Amino acid sequence: MAEPLHTLGARAAAERVRRGELSAAALTDAALARTAATEPTIGAFLTVCADEARAAAAEIDRRVAAGDDPGPLAGVPVGVKDIICTAGVRTTAASRILEHFVPAYDATVVERLRRAGAIVAGKVNCDEFAMGSSCENSALGTTRNPWDPARVAGGSSGGSAAAVASAACPVTLGTDTGGSIRLPAAFCGVVGIKPTYGRVSRYGVMAFASTLDQVGPLGRDVADTALVLGAIAGHDPRDATSSPRAVPNFVAAVEEGVRGLRLGLPREYFAAGLQPDVERAVRDTIRALEAAGASVTDVSLPHTEYAVATYYLVSSAEASSNLARYDGVRYGLRVEDAGGLGAMYAATRDAGFGAEVKRRIMLGTYALSAGYYDAFYGKAQQVRTLIRRDFEAALAGCDALVSPVAPSTAFRLGERLDDPLAMYLSDVLTLAVPLAGLPALSVPCGLDAAGLPIGFQVIGRAWDEATCFRVAGAVEASGVWTPRSPLP
Amino acid sequence: MLDGYEAVIGLEVHAELLTASKIFCGCSARFGAPPNTNVCPVCLGMPGVLPVLNRRVVEFAIRAGLATGCTIAEHSRFARKNYFYPDLSKGYQISMYEQPLCVGGGLDVVVEGVARRIGLTRIHMEEDTGKNIHDAHAAGSLVDFNRGGVPLLEIVSEPDMRSPAEAGAYLRALRSILQYLEICDGNMEEGSFRCDANCSVRRIGDRTLGTKVEIKNMNSFRNVERAVDFELARQVQALQQGEALHQETRLWDPDRSETRSMRSKESAHDYRYFPEPDLRPLVVDAAWVDAVRAALPELPPARRQRFEAAHGLSAYDADVLTQRKDVADYFEAMVAAGAGAKDAANWITTELLRIVREQKLDDALVIREWPIAPTRLAALARLVEGGTINRNTAKGLLPRLLGTDVDPAALVAAEGLAQVSDRDALDRAVRDVLARHPEQVEQFRSGKEKVLGFLVGQVMKTTGGKANPQVVQQLLRAALSS
Ligand SMILES: [Zn+2]
Repeated sequence: MAEPLHTLGARAAAERVRRGELSAAALTDAALARTAATEPTIGAFLTVCADEARAAAAEIDRRVAAGDDPGPLAGVPVGVKDIICTAGVRTTAASRILEHFVPAYDATVVERLRRAGAIVAGKVNCDEFAMGSSCENSALGTTRNPWDPARVAGGSSGGSAAAVASAACPVTLGTDTGGSIRLPAAFCGVVGIKPTYGRVSRYGVMAFASTLDQVGPLGRDVADTALVLGAIAGHDPRDATSSPRAVPNFVAAVEEGVRGLRLGLPREYFAAGLQPDVERAVRDTIRALEAAGASVTDVSLPHTEYAVATYYLVSSAEASSNLARYDGVRYGLRVEDAGGLGAMYAATRDAGFGAEVKRRIMLGTYALSAGYYDAFYGKAQQVRTLIRRDFEAALAGCDALVSPVAPSTAFRLGERLDDPLAMYLSDVLTLAVPLAGLPALSVPCGLDAAGLPIGFQVIGRAWDEATCFRVAGAVEASGVWTPRSPLP
Repeated sequence: MLDGYEAVIGLEVHAELLTASKIFCGCSARFGAPPNTNVCPVCLGMPGVLPVLNRRVVEFAIRAGLATGCTIAEHSRFARKNYFYPDLSKGYQISMYEQPLCVGGGLDVVVEGVARRIGLTRIHMEEDTGKNIHDAHAAGSLVDFNRGGVPLLEIVSEPDMRSPAEAGAYLRALRSILQYLEICDGNMEEGSFRCDANCSVRRIGDRTLGTKVEIKNMNSFRNVERAVDFELARQVQALQQGEALHQETRLWDPDRSETRSMRSKESAHDYRYFPEPDLRPLVVDAAWVDAVRAALPELPPARRQRFEAAHGLSAYDADVLTQRKDVADYFEAMVAAGAGAKDAANWITTELLRIVREQKLDDALVIREWPIAPTRLAALARLVEGGTINRNTAKGLLPRLLGTDVDPAALVAAEGLAQVSDRDALDRAVRDVLARHPEQVEQFRSGKEKVLGFLVGQVMKTTGGKANPQVVQQLLRAALSS
């Protein structure tokens, strides 16, 4: 019996479409049918682009029939985090303030996906403006974890991870500011990578924290993830922070193995507080990598204890400025008849933003205020430099660092909603990496006693995503994990 | 004038740059298009868009910095200035703050014969905002974002000016330089050259600065001088009456000729500046600076000196001719076409600039389509110099030459306008006039020299204006003394 179409991986599906053995239309219909079946339980999507996807699939099929090659992602349905702009399709940032906003343009990453033959199947849920660690801060609905719908999918790219884990799409795009790709990837048992800052264009991605945000792919397996990163990476003249560096062949790196690689274990990332199942699975995986030829050494990241405070100061300060444009003047929500301009701003932003977004805007505004700048934002920038140097020193003697992605597996919905600090600590092992601008990946490495996935983090040197993929490929090859969906 | 007090004035000028496109996107930066036609997602601050710096803006800023003696910083960077206002699309303005591109430098001005150097604090780049339009629509105010993202230079002086006249001289010198560099049209009425003044007074001899007041909304050089003048007098009067001044922003009301309070410092914005995270720090290497320097035109002070030295012009003429680069270029073209320097200067300052003002051509940054080509005006000047026609005939011909390519010499020949210098012919006319005006002859002989002018005029009249006035005078004197 042939496997159901929705379980096909991105590479396998695209190869068959390019050879004319499978129609993009059939693939799209399968994805839409699967989405219809899983959505009532999971809630990964904010908008399903059924008509647009079918039209795009027909165009792909027409090109294949005409002898064209539509590209390495031909016919592959992709879910796009709803903070990434899609022309003509509403893009909400999971916020009331943009609930009906329809961009006139595609983000560069979306443009590149389409050019590679991919089909935008829908816009997936996230925490409002990517602020959160559980996807519970979405103003437009909660996404549930396919492994246990009573648990969170992780944040902020929870919809991206859940859509892949539930097999609605083989790959999706997310964004990572403090761990927002890696944490939900770990909680949902899929692969996700945050690329080096500057590797992928941010044009058309609604900014949360400009010096930290980076778009990255999530996929069921490592090679699919590598394929999508290759399609979206590279210089974009519309983003002054994007790098002109050449993009290597990431898919080829997946098969290279880890023989000869030196892996560093950051002491501070294996400290007390790790869930025992998580620590055991990660250590087992490290032993499997040693067996495959890698060597392992202990390293230290001494400023780790300051990372959470630094991250929240830097990201909130930038967010307070980036979110100022949502003021009710030109687009999005406007509360009319508030009585004057100032009152209109206040009423619109009060009604449009959720509690977590307001909390961070206030924190960021305070940190940038005259008289407090030096003590907060200025100091945070100095500590950020120290954190970056920690990583440089650690990576000078190793090819990559490995650690758990999160101290625990997916927690229950609502469990941490009233305790912002506990929520912030979910990201403690991921948020130093963006402060240093480095690439980092999450690959599943087993299940805990409750049957929930555990994520294995690989942190690379700047511009060296290829080594991250080598290590992740070896984790997959070691057999500690078989890519799969928990849903029937 | 200020009764024992001394004025301390510093100026902040915002100059809109004449780049083809805006500072952070590809939209046209041209003035005067229908509202919201020169806009794109980037300058409208739509979600997700990013700024990309226009290299030409940096080049213009380096030009301005070099021309005013600034140091060009190798490392500079943009910052965000955060505040809410409907004409500000992103909720912040991208400007430079702690690390400006140009620092130091200064401008030399001469006021009532006294040369002064006014220091510059900094020159930096920023984006302009949009424009609110009130009362155009019953339902509320509208915003036009055509101007949003147009590049600006902010040029900040040291508080080195001591009188409204110095402030005016500084502004004129600054505008002149920007026009020479062809980076700003300097049009105050259209707002492409805007000025805010910081004014305070202190007792003569005091070293500390007095309470500073910022004046906005001045849209002409004359208004800047009047506003500063009013404000200084107001401050002195307040101090003499024992009132305390407070730091504030005041608006100039040209209709009522007074400044009035706009907002006090207490309610001033906290702009929450921080480094612009969407742009990399700006690196301007020495090679770039050298290339811009090599392409700089000769600037007004150097050109003024050269005109005095090489062409023997008076300081006054040299100054008038060099205030605008296009005028100075015109002068040099006339001289190259054979006109004498002093003659060329006279023709330009008395006739040409009057026509330029009448035709409102001086609104343009650079006049490229002159109403009369420099070679033609030089030809006309040569006809006078060579005695072919007199100056009055030449002036009378000028309107007929405007906008044409007619050679003045050909016109004079065709219409027989050449002046009569023939002594016999003129002598007859002189005797005829003397015979008809015995009364005036009598007056002259009794010592009333002024009558000679009347008699010359009569001879000119009888010869249809073509007589050579010098010859007429000689002949008249000879006849009267015989
Ligand atoms: Zn634009």
